[in-house]
Amino acid sequence: MGQKVAIVGAGITKFVSRAQETGKELAWQASKMALDSCGLTLNDMESVSLGSAPDAFDGVHMKGEYLRDGSGGWRKPYMRHFVGGGTGVFAPIHGWFHVASGMFDTCLVVCSEKMSSVYPHPQGAFTTIFDHTTEQALDPTLIWIFALEYNRYMETYGLTKADIAPVSVKNKKNAMDHPSAQLPGEITVEDVLNSELLAWPVNRLDISPASDGAAAIVLAGEHAAKRITDKPIWIEGVGWSLDTAYWATRDLSYPRHVEKSARMAYDMAGIREPRREIEIAEPYDPFTYKELHHMEGLLLANRGEAPQLLADGVTQRDGDRPMCPSGGLLGVGNPISAAGLMKVIEIFLQLRGEADKRQVPGNPTCGLAQAWGDLMQVSTVVVLKR
Amino acid sequence: MELSKFELGGTRIKQSDISKGNVLTLAVTPKLEYAWDDGVAIGRYLEELGNGKIIARKCNKCGRIMLPPRMFCELCWRATDEWVYCEDTGTVNTFSLCHVNWDASRIPEGEPLHLPAVIHIDGASPGMGILHVLGEVEPDKIKIGMKVRAVWKKPDEREGSITDITHFKPVRAARKKSKKKSGGGR
Ligand SMILES: [Zn+2]
Repeated sequence: MGQKVAIVGAGITKFVSRAQETGKELAWQASKMALDSCGLTLNDMESVSLGSAPDAFDGVHMKGEYLRDGSGGWRKPYMRHFVGGGTGVFAPIHGWFHVASGMFDTCLVVCSEKMSSVYPHPQGAFTTIFDHTTEQALDPTLIWIFALEYNRYMETYGLTKADIAPVSVKNKKNAMDHPSAQLPGEITVEDVLNSELLAWPVNRLDISPASDGAAAIVLAGEHAAKRITDKPIWIEGVGWSLDTAYWATRDLSYPRHVEKSARMAYDMAGIREPRREIEIAEPYDPFTYKELHHMEGLLLANRGEAPQLLADGVTQRDGDRPMCPSGGLLGVGNPISAAGLMKVIEIFLQLRGEADKRQVPGNPTCGLAQAWGDLMQVSTVVVLKR
Repeated sequence: MELSKFELGGTRIKQSDISKGNVLTLAVTPKLEYAWDDGVAIGRYLEELGNGKIIARKCNKCGRIMLPPRMFCELCWRATDEWVYCEDTGTVNTFSLCHVNWDASRIPEGEPLHLPAVIHIDGASPGMGILHVLGEVEPDKIKIGMKVRAVWKKPDEREGSITDITHFKPVRAARKKSKKKSGGGR
């Protein structure tokens, strides 16, 4: 490996249901803040990496090129990457390639998303992720696959909706302390269970919102990082994995691809006992059950036992293993790629002790961020250390 | 760098800001049309659906009988070997009761819910599920593990499509029906 890589700065916009700014303007706001946060300018950036979700949301083909100017990629080595909902945590991995290889000493990593442009609802843009011949003819909607997975998860482990709903309560409450948050609030399990039923077992408060927003981080190689900041946060492990697109043939109760991605990152970071060593995590939570499903795939809970950890308060901010202290996608919002990078930024801030009211106690030194997407098949993981 | 020390970007606007003209937007409907080729494996699959049959493809290395069929085995990464007919019955692996259309609009009250399910088809290898929809069943009677049977369109109405099966219905309900019929004849 060429060199170690650290996160040295971060920027983020508010996450909102509809932003006045274009995706390009949001990218600019987050990128500028990331550079300002570590006292650098665009001239210091040797490369730029952009993550953004399907072009169909924006109705702009070759969105990477469209977003480039706002992202500072003008006349620089610039590349867009995309792995569905996993994009936001693939972003630091993609930037890591650039710097760890030794080819560049710095990389500006930007994720910008504008989901509000598509009418009547961004959900429609997801229709074409289903197989065009064998599935689209059945008139599917995106929620189907999550409802099907959620139901299988409950069935396999004998869980109820009431076991899973507290994820929404916890994350929306955590989000009350996040300045970017779109849907923070104090709600109860009853509120979740009584919210509009969309596709049993999924109720409205089980789902994260569609959002506009952007986030950015600055990566630097070992020597550059130490010059830039006395609090670099090192990318110690990266992992990603994709499962089969024949999704109906998978065991929907357990995300094996998440385990694969986690083991890859743990091996690289030298982590042998993830439950002891990963002190804080941001598993991907676009739906309530996904936080629990992902905790199990990440080996942070036994199969089927994540709900018990939730019930015991272990995953609260002041618990033994805080999960989604940011407020997650359920609370902060879900501008797809920017939501994943928001999670990376949360771990970055937590490990620096700079998470304001969201700060978990105990001076954590090692944390993890994860994102997930496509046809429930991709998982991306980074392990960060102080 | 606490976030609270920064003025965050991102200005929230409302639908009313647009309708009142406070924020200008440009509305466009792109005209995109596609014709998707069925391919070799799915082409045969659809042809057989038109014949009222479900056909799978077998890999002789791992022994899997795969649905939907494919000309390559993605696990062994080799060409698959033979065509195998399956039953038109199966087991519900998971299901949902869906109140929402593809564009997030709501299904009007009184109209039937969408009942998507993953159905493991008999005759294919264990775990070989396909996405389809359930019908002729009360939503609250659907159970994981339920045996179901394909309900086919009439032969002259089939067109070589996954929708040549209109839905899957519970096997037991089908038996009750036939019993009633025979009972009526006595
Ligand atoms: Zn094989």
